[in-house]
Amino acid sequence: MFEHFSGTESYIASAELREAVNVALALERPLLIKGEPGTGKTLLATAVSEALGRPLHTWHVKSTSKARDGLYVYDAVQRLHDSRFDDTSVSDIRAYIRFGGLGQALRSEEPSVALIDEIDKADLEFPNDLLHELDAMSFKVDETGDVYSAKHRPLVIITSNNEKELPDAFLRRCIFHFISFPSPELMAEIVQVHHPDVERILVEEAIARFYWLRDLPELRKPPATSELVDWISALVRGGIPAENLTDRVPYLGALIKKERDLLATQRAMKSTKSRRR
Amino acid sequence: MVVALFGEGDVFLDFFYLLRAQGVPVSVREWLTWLECIERGLVAADLGRAYSVGRAVMVKHERHLDIYDLCFAHYFGGADAPEGLHDALEEWLSSPLPLPELSPEDFERLEKLDLDRLRELFEERLKEQTERHDGGSRWIGTGGTSPFGHGGRHPSGIRVGGRGRGRSAIQIAGERRFRAYRADRVLDTRQLGAALRRLRRLGRGERADELDLEETIRRTAQQAGELEVVLKPPRENTLKLILLMDVGGSMDDHARLVEQLFSAAHQASHFKVFKPLYFHNCVYDCVYEEAAMRTSVSLESLHRTLDSQTRLLIIGDACMSPYELFSVGGMINYHEHNSRTGAEWLYTLRTFFPHNVWLNPLPERFWSHPTIEAIGGIFPMRELTLEGLSEAVKLLSQTVPDTQRH
Repeated sequence: MFEHFSGTESYIASAELREAVNVALALERPLLIKGEPGTGKTLLATAVSEALGRPLHTWHVKSTSKARDGLYVYDAVQRLHDSRFDDTSVSDIRAYIRFGGLGQALRSEEPSVALIDEIDKADLEFPNDLLHELDAMSFKVDETGDVYSAKHRPLVIITSNNEKELPDAFLRRCIFHFISFPSPELMAEIVQVHHPDVERILVEEAIARFYWLRDLPELRKPPATSELVDWISALVRGGIPAENLTDRVPYLGALIKKERDLLATQRAMKSTKSRRR
Repeated sequence: MVVALFGEGDVFLDFFYLLRAQGVPVSVREWLTWLECIERGLVAADLGRAYSVGRAVMVKHERHLDIYDLCFAHYFGGADAPEGLHDALEEWLSSPLPLPELSPEDFERLEKLDLDRLRELFEERLKEQTERHDGGSRWIGTGGTSPFGHGGRHPSGIRVGGRGRGRSAIQIAGERRFRAYRADRVLDTRQLGAALRRLRRLGRGERADELDLEETIRRTAQQAGELEVVLKPPRENTLKLILLMDVGGSMDDHARLVEQLFSAAHQASHFKVFKPLYFHNCVYDCVYEEAAMRTSVSLESLHRTLDSQTRLLIIGDACMSPYELFSVGGMINYHEHNSRTGAEWLYTLRTFFPHNVWLNPLPERFWSHPTIEAIGGIFPMRELTLEGLSEAVKLLSQTVPDTQRH
């Protein structure tokens, strides 16, 4: 009936996340994704574009980004430069319009996926400036008067790290999904994708250790999925056997990135050891 | 098919109002979107999908996910499986705070019910109860005289779920997976910082040293390409903030929370002036520059150096002996003497800085203490939670002419 996303070989999506993507596809509404760092928010867009065979247009938002930048940029300075120092004709303004990620997706001839990455990085009012474009899926280039309307409404995936609250009017238009931290079972699947050849016992021990660490209440920045994946790579390269993980955490630096947290972890390990004795 | 699954159509409407009543800001448009999903067969005859699709279209912030879960479990799942309830109950029972609204007679009556018995009864009732309940004297719910639920008149009424009016105990059911993201539980420094970042008043500074690109292009184009550079003063936050923190003994329990708010405000560093100050229990003629209270700053001098547009954010539990607030000479420090009461000084402080909010780390349910009520009458009081801070920021952002505010 309509396109259906069910994850890819390298991207394991929970049933609820798949549901959210499919609702966004069916309703042709933007999909807002939030979640802890390292839970694969940005990767989702790549996975969806691969799974659906749609091209991906990406727009990384920065603190200085303006809403129009994602649609197009008019390079007036280049045009001015050309008019003074170059003999090319500058009468065609269109030659100086550069389309941004969202603009490209809206102009695309085929159905596409547009990623607006880290929308919360920009100014508070930024999302509101995109309301019309996201509703109508069309935009106008003021300099030329050209209006571009999407032939196929692209699937717009928006990620946010919660640095700023997003405006209500914007939220109402979105489909929302919060990627919660993967359960140990789902985590085992994710690790399997990244490290298909690693011994199972090592993966199990590593995951157990990882969740023990995450549950330490003292940690300011608990390790995330990407850190676990890196840590397992380190364990494999270092040739660490699984039984060494029961009372130690080798290469702790791959998991814990703050000095305070390192100290807290060491304290916690000492206290569990002494309890065992 | 749909009707077979959910019952008559008006159930949806009830669910919509339930969500809104519980504080999930679902708009009509979002609710219609959900109905559209059901109509188009996206949901199918599957409660699990109705749940996740409904969540995706109607809940737009992780802080509301937990409430959504509870409402959904209540409406579509009946009232069974209240596993999270044990936690809520434990939390309540292990709370170190006294119940301020209890009179000696109440205590006497309460003692007749010991805690284990109370817990037993509670779970028993919960099993029997199948729907939301308000009023009455037996069921768990709101506004009754049964010992369970909240908002009721029973002296020890077990209040389940922590906050807000109208949350009935039965909704504390379900898996509670998103509990940690609730706005009424205090979160980390970064989230507090995000809330504080909205506290700003933008104005143009004085020195024009930022390139006005648009204007430069316009003027240059007007002069047929002869470059003219236009500068403008950069936009900056003109907001001044005083963060006044209670370091009295009863605040020790909340030290971590206050420290987090302090560092969030400090890191925000986007205020034109940020002045952290300290006091002990109640504010008298002066406050202090450091938590150890060595260097004093008189309220008069604050008034002289900072204008009345300065925002005042006070953090304290407002819990003290009534004489510390209402009596002359009631100051907690024996070596000093106050000739005006604490309450009078607080009024003075309010007149000096009419944009003010008092943040209280105590949950609102403990606010029926005489000094908390009195201070709540002087300053607008909010809970020191993410939600309370957001409301405080909104209050502080308003531009109210000094004369209109009392």
